Amino acid sequence: MSEQKKVDKTRRNLVVATTVVGGAASVGAAVPFVASMLPSERAKAAGAPVEVDISSIAPGEMKVFEWRGKPVWVIRRTQEMLASLKTVTGKLTDPGSKDSTQPEYAKNEYRSLKPDVVVMEGVCTHLGCSPQMKPADAKDEMGADWGGGFYCACHGSKFDLAGRVFRGAPAPTNLVVPPYQFLSDSKLLIGDDTKGA
Amino acid sequence: MASRLMALWDWFDSRMPSVAEEWRKHAAEYYAPKNFNFWYYFGVLSMLVLVIQIVSGIFLTMNYKPDAGLAFGSVEYIMRDVPGGWIIRYIHSTGASAFFVVVYLHMFRALLYGSHKEPRELIWIFGVLIYLSLMAEAFLGYLLPWGQMSYWGAQVIVNLFGVIPFIGPDIALWIRGDYVVSDATLNRFFALHVIAIPLVLLGLVVAHILALHDMGSNNPDGIEIKKTKDANGKPLDGIPFHPYYTVKDTVGAIVFLAIFAIVMFFMPELGGYFLEHNNFIPADPLKTPEHIAPLWYFTPFYSILRAVPPLFNSQFPGVLAMGIAVLILFFLPWLDRSPVKSIRYRGAYYKGALALFVVAFLILGYLGIEPTTVWGQFSATEGSMMDRVLDTKDRATWVARLCTILYFAFFILMPWYTAKDKTKPVPDRVTM
Repeated sequence: MSEQKKVDKTRRNLVVATTVVGGAASVGAAVPFVASMLPSERAKAAGAPVEVDISSIAPGEMKVFEWRGKPVWVIRRTQEMLASLKTVTGKLTDPGSKDSTQPEYAKNEYRSLKPDVVVMEGVCTHLGCSPQMKPADAKDEMGADWGGGFYCACHGSKFDLAGRVFRGAPAPTNLVVPPYQFLSDSKLLIGDDTKGA
Repeated sequence: MASRLMALWDWFDSRMPSVAEEWRKHAAEYYAPKNFNFWYYFGVLSMLVLVIQIVSGIFLTMNYKPDAGLAFGSVEYIMRDVPGGWIIRYIHSTGASAFFVVVYLHMFRALLYGSHKEPRELIWIFGVLIYLSLMAEAFLGYLLPWGQMSYWGAQVIVNLFGVIPFIGPDIALWIRGDYVVSDATLNRFFALHVIAIPLVLLGLVVAHILALHDMGSNNPDGIEIKKTKDANGKPLDGIPFHPYYTVKDTVGAIVFLAIFAIVMFFMPELGGYFLEHNNFIPADPLKTPEHIAPLWYFTPFYSILRAVPPLFNSQFPGVLAMGIAVLILFFLPWLDRSPVKSIRYRGAYYKGALALFVVAFLILGYLGIEPTTVWGQFSATEGSMMDRVLDTKDRATWVARLCTILYFAFFILMPWYTAKDKTKPVPDRVTM
């Protein structure tokens, strides 16, 4: 009996060492498999900026462009639309866009470079659905005090015409503003805001 | 001829006796309680559906193309041009919903008769793992037709992982393999749906059944039949699984298949519940459909997600609540402190709690299918209490919140109400 109870230290150490080395090898072997599921080089390269023509967008209208596979909205806002932004600030989660994502030049009351033209990713910051534009006359559906904005049908988040989220919605932050610049009055480059691009 | 066959069998048996041994162990001499009732069909029916799904799935892969540019068209090709393709696809889509129907009923059976309780905790745990794998399998497969609901459903569910603090965005990126749901996502979901998860499912089903046959089946009385054995050591209240239950289950399978066939042939979309209307529109990454909802089997959890408001500027609480709503099932065997298993001998507390739980679960399921504003049209009387307290548009959200609380209360208060419950004495032998 005593013989069986006695552990051969050398053999035990050998077993432990083999297990540790084998375990490390297994983890190492998993690396290429896990890594293969990350975005490929091709997917990474597909994020090139897109040039769009906004001359056909009438005041009060919106156009959707694709950038990095996401919808990007360009809206030419009217004076009434801009005025509606001021009336809703008390009902917003982040009226000053402090916790939201936008380039520095869009961190203003209009969330845009030029007050009238707003560029936003049309992707709800909750779970990634694309909200729908609900104009000011959709009061029946959106409530008597609706001044125009966006509504996400997936989980009910509401945004104003600058993409700022209303309180009580599941979305935590305002819609993301991508980097962009004006190449001319009618041409917009979405995805790049560095000079001379 | 017969003797030749017998000789062949003897030749086989002497070289591989484990086949006959396993047959005896799991069928011919597996003693199951003699008082199984209607609720005991759904385990074997789940296995039947698993086989249906594997077989129909194999044939679908022969014509399906996991490519964002070709997937939607290849499904339509299967539906229109492949001989018998439409029937194979409807078998698979009806089978997906049928799987959840029988699994939910099977799980409810466990709650009725205490099949999760000691000594069958492991069986329950393997069962919950099967349920989780099944959810993954259903979700992954739903992306493959590459319709609008496929696309946006995947977008929302992958983003659920994205809200986990700190590591979430990287996990979501890793799952998608791209910055948006794309061809890379579709291709890997196909691989996981067709190979990885089915293998896991099969392994778990084997573990579930081995664990069951080690402990022996529970029964509607919640009595351990192994406690009363005859002189030969066979349980007095047990009958061999084969032929008694193989025959009984065959009858159940025939009835089940008849219902399955009616749905498959006459209402394969089941009014949008089995195949959603918007999924007949090809995926468009720039436009979310007016109303998106997951398929019916996920909607109770989806309702819980929607019911929890964001806290501290984060939607993580809602996602966490939804995750816990599923994971809490693992702890059920230890939350249930009742000295008896079956509902027949439990008191009013458990019966009431289970009834409330089922009602809450069904209401959550219903609300998850509908938009959040579903009950807005029933406006309260002007100036009434109801009108002042609740905006009519939020009414469904508040009901969902109440049901979410009831759902969790069923589990969280279980140690208390099952211990306090007035149970009835359990007989020594099963009743018929």
